Amino acid sequence: MELLLAIVIGSLYATGLYMLLRRSVVKLIIGLGLLANGSNLLIFTMGRLVRARPPIVPEGESSVPPPFADPLPQALILTAIVISFGVLAFALVLIHRAYQKVGTDDLDDLKTTDT
Amino acid sequence: MRLIFPIAIPLATAILGLFAWRWRTVQRGLGIAGAAALLLASLELLKSVWQQGPQATWVGNWPAPFGITLIADLLSAIMVVLAAVIGFAVALYALAHIDPAREAFGYYPLLHILLMGVCGAFLTGDLFNLYVWFEVMLMASFVLLALGGERAQLEGAIKYVTLNLMASAFFLTAIGLLYGVVGTLNMADVALKIRPLASSGVTRSIAFLLLTAFGIKAAIFPLFFWLPASYHTPPVAVSAVFAGLLTKVGVYALLRVFTLIFPEDGHTIPTVILALSALTMLTGAFGAIAQSELRRILSFLIVGHIGYMTMGLGLSTTAGLAGSIFYIIHHIVVKTNLFLVSGLTHAVHGSFDLSRLGGLYRTHPGLAVLFLISALSLAGLPPLSGFFAKLLLVRAGLHAGQWGIVAVALGVSLLILLSMMKIWAEAFWKPMREDLPAGGSHALPISPVTERIGMMSRLGFWSSAGLAILTVMIGLGADLVLALAEAAAEQLRNPDLYISTMQRGRP
Repeated sequence: MELLLAIVIGSLYATGLYMLLRRSVVKLIIGLGLLANGSNLLIFTMGRLVRARPPIVPEGESSVPPPFADPLPQALILTAIVISFGVLAFALVLIHRAYQKVGTDDLDDLKTTDT
Repeated sequence: MRLIFPIAIPLATAILGLFAWRWRTVQRGLGIAGAAALLLASLELLKSVWQQGPQATWVGNWPAPFGITLIADLLSAIMVVLAAVIGFAVALYALAHIDPAREAFGYYPLLHILLMGVCGAFLTGDLFNLYVWFEVMLMASFVLLALGGERAQLEGAIKYVTLNLMASAFFLTAIGLLYGVVGTLNMADVALKIRPLASSGVTRSIAFLLLTAFGIKAAIFPLFFWLPASYHTPPVAVSAVFAGLLTKVGVYALLRVFTLIFPEDGHTIPTVILALSALTMLTGAFGAIAQSELRRILSFLIVGHIGYMTMGLGLSTTAGLAGSIFYIIHHIVVKTNLFLVSGLTHAVHGSFDLSRLGGLYRTHPGLAVLFLISALSLAGLPPLSGFFAKLLLVRAGLHAGQWGIVAVALGVSLLILLSMMKIWAEAFWKPMREDLPAGGSHALPISPVTERIGMMSRLGFWSSAGLAILTVMIGLGADLVLALAEAAAEQLRNPDLYISTMQRGRP
């Protein structure tokens, strides 16, 4: 399972970065989304993948018997998902406004502020 | 408890400001009052950290490695004070110079959310929490950058947003890997648990991922392109606070992580940082020389100066770190002031283009003095603050035997002087050209200054003058500031105090 997820994460990073290098602004946003999801999945995998073993301390013991899935990374991902959702929503509005103003979605035409 | 205030005050100000959405006078009053309160709270924090050593607050009373810890050592406290000073100066400047449309769409609440993000990033003791504060700060800066919706702003914002989100993704990746390795994200706890693994390959990878992520945010050499493409697009009341604070949050994160979590590390990372610093200085200075628009010159010079700040980190000596911290203190004040002066220049002539400016020395001698103080300080002429900052770094470099970086640092400061003299000669010294039709003072649709009455329109000048006086005072009281910087560097070099402060919250 870890191997499968590692491959998925790697592909998400690779496609995300490839999309970031495309010229279309929309693909840029898709790339950012894929990159964010890749890192979220990475954190998820780091918390160990164990099925049907809730991390609850049994009565009379002081710690959870391994193996168990660490719940903290999952909480971190929730935060990260909310943040990347908000940021991507902003980015979508931004490219829409830019498209209305400039009339193109080609990044090569958005170079007037470059130096 | 003190540690909560620099975060809570801007938050409260922003929320109250949102409630007063339709009453712009109330928003202005809140904006300035909130900034003043933040300044007082941060000075109080610095004073108590100076007298009693590093302090920590365990949020929600969760003990150290489990909950989020806010922790302030001297470096954090100094940075919070600087953020508050800049926030106050820019809020004052904005009273006179932000245009009504941007003010009506929430400039002041956004400014305070930005300040909250910056202060939070300086105070947190938890890596994931640092990521969250980065995002708070970024979100506010995205909106501030795009506020107004001019074409240049939107184009600049796309690049700024893309590269900063990429940096966030890298940072998040590094956090994930680090959690997989050490099982904790509390910075002091990570520092303890990563020591036995310091030379392993995965630790090295995490260190370089963090260097890349913070490097993008700090705009160091190969990762700086978003900065000169976006910082000159928003109005000065926005770009001044960006110029002063945002890249320095990246530098602060570099200082923190590479002294606390990855100290020394077999000299690979310090060498890489030194090489990047030299290249950053050179690109910034050469880029600035090629420009002929005030804010573009200043934007490139930000990049150049980041090189000086990371240079002290690359030297990895206490003297070098003290030099870096002194440099940050000096640079934040001076660079913000130069942006404010460029805004005042724009208010006079309606242009940032050097070829359209001129004669300011004759018509506005006060403005000329303000510019000259900041410009000479930036280039590093005695007795202004920049001289001592550069002196410290050069001396630390010589002591460490790094001749190459010292030569680059000295050479680049000549190039910076050249850029500054170009602005002086073009905007202030040469006579104003009358034969240029467009771009004069009529180019602005509404002159925002004339709309405000009496005293208000002078506030921009006085906030800039206050920063100029601060520059001179840092120069004249250099021994005091140096004592502060050296104590902060000492704390960075010996992280045990930081770690034990954090552990006081252990069960």
